[in-house]
Amino acid sequence: MNGGADLGGMQGFGPVVPEEDEPVFHAEWEKRSFALTVALGATGTWNIDTSRHARESLPPGEYLTSSYYRIWARGIERLMVSHNMATKAEIEAGKSTSIPKELTRVLTKDNVAAVLSKGGPADRPSTEDPKFTVGQSVRTANLHPSGHTRLPRYAREKTGTVSAIIGHHVFPDSNAAGTGEDPQWLYTVTFLATELWGSQANPRDKVHVDIWEPHLVAG
Amino acid sequence: MSEDHTHSHHHGEGSELSEMELRVRALESLAVEKGYVDPDALDELIETYETKVGPRNGAAVVARAWSDPEFLAQLREDATQAINSMGFEGRQGEHMVVVENTPETHHMVVCTLCSCYPWPVLGLPPVWYKSPAYRSRSVIDPRGVLKDFGVEIADDVAVEVHDSTAETRFLVLPMRPEGTEGWSEEKLAGLVTRDSMIGTGLPLDPGMQS
Repeated sequence: MNGGADLGGMQGFGPVVPEEDEPVFHAEWEKRSFALTVALGATGTWNIDTSRHARESLPPGEYLTSSYYRIWARGIERLMVSHNMATKAEIEAGKSTSIPKELTRVLTKDNVAAVLSKGGPADRPSTEDPKFTVGQSVRTANLHPSGHTRLPRYAREKTGTVSAIIGHHVFPDSNAAGTGEDPQWLYTVTFLATELWGSQANPRDKVHVDIWEPHLVAG
Repeated sequence: MSEDHTHSHHHGEGSELSEMELRVRALESLAVEKGYVDPDALDELIETYETKVGPRNGAAVVARAWSDPEFLAQLREDATQAINSMGFEGRQGEHMVVVENTPETHHMVVCTLCSCYPWPVLGLPPVWYKSPAYRSRSVIDPRGVLKDFGVEIADDVAVEVHDSTAETRFLVLPMRPEGTEGWSEEKLAGLVTRDSMIGTGLPLDPGMQS
């Protein structure tokens, strides 16, 4: 979606300011926001693409003025409501007043290490060959879905070259919408910086973007 | 944005800290009360990323790649597998790609859409990596961003930016500094900074090490 999260190429945010000896977390609530996000995700009630969409669809003004762990906390609030795990009133009160939803599983301390080391691979078997080959010129789609997509605005309707075939991966556009994984071939497409940004870019520079087959045509 | 809640007695200076402390505490109480999360599992997750998983893992991978040509070949062939062989695997590192800096090309990594980052080798991302300033500018003005980090890349060296738009996660393999011949992997790993593996920094100067 063309929301507050799709930031590539925006201007006016000022310099990047790294923090010397930065701690992993800056406050207790950041730790809890992080852990709640991972633990609730591990229940399998939603997938990673659904959770990304819950965050990216925060109003842009709120998204851009929130710290990242605030965005994660807001994401969980929205996901719990949209998946009937809690009402807005319960979330505001921090108190349960309805019967809990039955979940497939709950993450326990004993299986944290196993769940983390297993991860969530996104590659899926395929019966069809990829449509494009390494070295082929491709053009990206002109699309502006209100739902989730991983094709950033700056890389739409641009011509690049396939530099790698990564594999056959879960398609976030449908996975986020809850309509299935619909796996598709995934490519690394390399764009000259001048194709994306015009003559202001250094002609040697490149940007690599991973793009799924439905978003590409031969070009 | 509306932040009205019942805790109006505790708004401090309206700082995000106190408001968020309350908000996340309420969220956790609710999730625990409903049986959706186990508080001990939350503590375990936090401890894992505070103490066990971090850029030392990635530094060990880089040091081995610098020292062991066979490992470097494995890393080029199947980075996920090679990194797994060192015991680093799983969440947010399921599909690893290693990109190698050379005298002609400097690589850097961003996630313009969110905060994708290779957790098993670098831990959780720093605040700047997730900031709008970094995510917006690294694709349109990577050389300007590098200057913010004190890194100057000559005009005749290409800068290649990798936007983490899929489940692939990137680790930059910086160039091995000169003057490190005969160094052990452990000593080499001491030169490998987190930022040098994101591509916003370079390895430390071996001459400055004791």
